[in-house]
Amino acid sequence: MEIKTVGVAGTLESSDIQIMISAGQNGIEVDLDSEVAKSYGDQIKKVITETLNKFGITNAKVKATDKGALDCVIAARTLAAAQRATETNDEPRLEVLQ
Amino acid sequence: MTYVKNRLRRTMMFVPGNNPAMVKDAGIYGADSIMLDLEDAVSLTEKDAARMLVFNAIKTVDFGGAEIVVRINGQDTPFYDEDVKAMVRAGVDVIRLPKTESAAMIKKLVADMENAEEQYGVEKGSIGVMAAIESAKGVLNAPEIATATPLMMGLAVSGEDYTADMHTHRYPDGRELEFARNLVLQAARAADVYAFDTVFSNMNDTEGFYRETKYIYELGYDGKSLVNPRQIPMVNKVFNPTKEEIENALSVQNAIQEAKAKGSGVISMNGKMVDKPVVEKANRVIETAKASNLIDEEGNYIGE
Repeated sequence: MEIKTVGVAGTLESSDIQIMISAGQNGIEVDLDSEVAKSYGDQIKKVITETLNKFGITNAKVKATDKGALDCVIAARTLAAAQRATETNDEPRLEVLQ
Repeated sequence: MTYVKNRLRRTMMFVPGNNPAMVKDAGIYGADSIMLDLEDAVSLTEKDAARMLVFNAIKTVDFGGAEIVVRINGQDTPFYDEDVKAMVRAGVDVIRLPKTESAAMIKKLVADMENAEEQYGVEKGSIGVMAAIESAKGVLNAPEIATATPLMMGLAVSGEDYTADMHTHRYPDGRELEFARNLVLQAARAADVYAFDTVFSNMNDTEGFYRETKYIYELGYDGKSLVNPRQIPMVNKVFNPTKEEIENALSVQNAIQEAKAKGSGVISMNGKMVDKPVVEKANRVIETAKASNLIDEEGNYIGE
């Protein structure tokens, strides 16, 4: 999937995560800002990377600002940002979340 | 999750669909039904993200046994089609259609749900529907809306939109809603579906909230829509049967058992005949009492 623009989804409110996706060349590069990065950083990055791969994005720069989001929120926000970045949000690919 | 036609629905708590903190905690307050909102609580630019969040929450979050209702966007919006598909795929319990004005709108919703069920391999008829009545036209057509489909769970009055449509606004005494409340309730009862009253949004007016809740309970409403979890115990307090009502209901059930044991067709209690409406009312009281932990398994009163 081609990244056409910068896609942002999610907020900086508690229990949410803001995901910003832009074009990249070196696989999925996640720059994570989270208070729980020490304990959950790897898990958060894994959910983001897996969601993007399932969607069909293999190269992207991701800026993630986590405010204590559950995995189901991380995946939902990542998909929303990915669909916005690829300008495909009129056709939601919910199978990516399953 | 699967739609159950008959269950306790005293409280239906509104939760904004794009707010992860509120969505994830929605199950801890003991609401009978949780209504995740994709419509008015979500801005136009966040409809896609909210839909995904709600989809994933339904799939993964533990809502503590509450019924999950999703208010989708109206049929006059570009979000409706994808909302229906997403909620069918998520396996929600009930889809709530806003601004319902005719039976045709409900029939369209059911047809669209059936198509999605077929497309995504979801069991046909496993999701219920409910109609929000928000206009004069909707109120006048409530009887045909209530009977539009066997999947109809209930009708809800939406006071804000309705009063705007009626060229008025909400007053503390609720007289402006009298006609709508009565007609929607009649339509719901006649069709054997549930009836829900509108939200009461002034959180500082506790007295007003109790007054309105008592009023709609006395009319015969099944439940009330809520915007704040603090209102849940308040509604339950009004809807819960009293100790006297519970004891009377238990006596009715005992009288039935006794009559059955004796092989008697006529049931009497304290010299009065116990007929069908009395039995039905007693069963409803016991059901509510059990759900509210006011009686134990054996039927002993354990409330305060």
